[in-house]
Amino acid sequence: MNKITDETIEYVGILAKLELTDEEKEKAKKDMEQMLDYIDKLGEPDTENVTPLSHVLPVKNAFREDEVTNSDDSANILKNAPEEQDNMFVVPQTF
Amino acid sequence: MSILDYSALELSKEIKAGNIGVAEATKAVLDHINNTDKNINAFITVADERALQKAESLQKQLAEYRGKEAELSPLFGVPFAVKDNICVKNMRTTCASKILGNFVPTYDATVVSRLESAGAVIIGKTNMDEFAMGSTSETSAFGITKNPADTDCVPGGSSGGSAAAIASGMAYGALGSDTGGSIRQPASYCGVVGLKPTYGRVSRYGLIAYGSSLDQIGPMGKNVEDVAAILDIIAGHDKNDATSADLEGGCFADACVEDVKGLKIGIPKGYFAEGLDGKVKETVLAAAKTLEEKGAIIEEFDLGFEEYAIPAYYTIASAEASSNLERFDGIKYGYRTKEFNGLHNMYKKTRSEGFGPEVKRRIMLGSFVLSSGYYDAYYLKALKVRALIKEAFDRAFEKYDVILGPVAPTTAPKIGTSLTDPLKMYLGDIYTISANLCGIPAISVPCGSDDSGMPIGLQLMGKMFDEKTLIRTAYTFEKARV
Repeated sequence: MNKITDETIEYVGILAKLELTDEEKEKAKKDMEQMLDYIDKLGEPDTENVTPLSHVLPVKNAFREDEVTNSDDSANILKNAPEEQDNMFVVPQTF
Repeated sequence: MSILDYSALELSKEIKAGNIGVAEATKAVLDHINNTDKNINAFITVADERALQKAESLQKQLAEYRGKEAELSPLFGVPFAVKDNICVKNMRTTCASKILGNFVPTYDATVVSRLESAGAVIIGKTNMDEFAMGSTSETSAFGITKNPADTDCVPGGSSGGSAAAIASGMAYGALGSDTGGSIRQPASYCGVVGLKPTYGRVSRYGLIAYGSSLDQIGPMGKNVEDVAAILDIIAGHDKNDATSADLEGGCFADACVEDVKGLKIGIPKGYFAEGLDGKVKETVLAAAKTLEEKGAIIEEFDLGFEEYAIPAYYTIASAEASSNLERFDGIKYGYRTKEFNGLHNMYKKTRSEGFGPEVKRRIMLGSFVLSSGYYDAYYLKALKVRALIKEAFDRAFEKYDVILGPVAPTTAPKIGTSLTDPLKMYLGDIYTISANLCGIPAISVPCGSDDSGMPIGLQLMGKMFDEKTLIRTAYTFEKARV
């Protein structure tokens, strides 16, 4: 049985950039413990000499010339931003 | 016969023959949506005006092609729906999430521009599970979609809106996306046809990513021929998707022939063991019998590693999701929290308020399995098991042309019964997720119904890039059933 501590949930919340309420944290602990108990099944097969499969096709870098093919669409793109100013995204103060 | 009863290919023929106007068909669909969708909620956005404008311009184009209508695409003039995680320029695209509730893409997904160039009319965006994470279309921030066969039941998910729209005549066909069964399972629950193409067959450019090594856009339709015709339009290499295969589509419509003589079909014994509903089992095995009567060679076999597909899938999909969904930060697009204290607090509050519970659950799990100290034990381990599952399928395809099984263990469950126990819901994906883990194509085709009349789907899985054999088998079965 997996046991997820308060510290772990706190740490994962930082990685995930999520702020959970105390109630959500308790639920997340329970959910994660249940899922991990189930995922532990993956320990059963012997994978000693198995190469991990991250992608089903042989992928390679698709290089191309760095040519501009699109036009300036910044006005429309910025329309989606919660806040914009002078053709730029506005972010909260970072220091 | 009502206009709404035509298949997509039939409708296009009538349009080209001048018997039905493009605007007439579009208007019929829009009126039907207006009358019906309040009970189904298949659509998040209906783009009436844009659709009618497009219909008019297509009608003009048709006039220019008088006498040479055959040069137009087989789906010219047909109204289609698009799942709301696929970008359509200037049409709100939400992923059924509050965090993208007001997002308006500035470009078309490749599949959308290909459909529109072929003369399709896009009538709107369909409901889904938030960020395609779910099996019931109940996690949408825009309300639950209902199953047209019984509105007390879910339509399946995550492409539940697309499936429900087709099943209720609100679209002649639709695009869905399939990360772990999200095209095939709702197709099965709603009684329509859904195809997950081979990974790389169809460009993912403009699809809002969930699990990038698993995601694939695919067609959904009223019958196998329609689905093959849609695939003909959307398949093919795209320089905007580095993972799209450098293969031309080839004519999938030509694969719609009734011929399975000598075709070797394998049935994994493990797919018919514990957990499968009796009526579903009986119906799917009867479908296998039908194919056998048509000349296919049916054999049961041991696939192996069936029980590891779900834990491998949820580890990998959650890991990829946690990474893909980092982009939703309240800066470039979408929702931003109203009050915050500094940059990091803004990120956290925006995401916590913007994502629903299922999305947060998967981001948390994904972040955990990728975190240092757990990466090897969980994520890397899952990738190794994925390799074993792929090898098992490779071995099976040395012997068989097609693997046959159910799509889902049951027919559509009642609304409100699935989300209470996430793990139980995940277990319902047992038959569909292997196709995503292995990248192979798979199709769901209606094969019967249970005692309450709820549809049951038959799943056929094929070799990499061998959609043609799947289409031929599904078409033969569909014709034999009628």
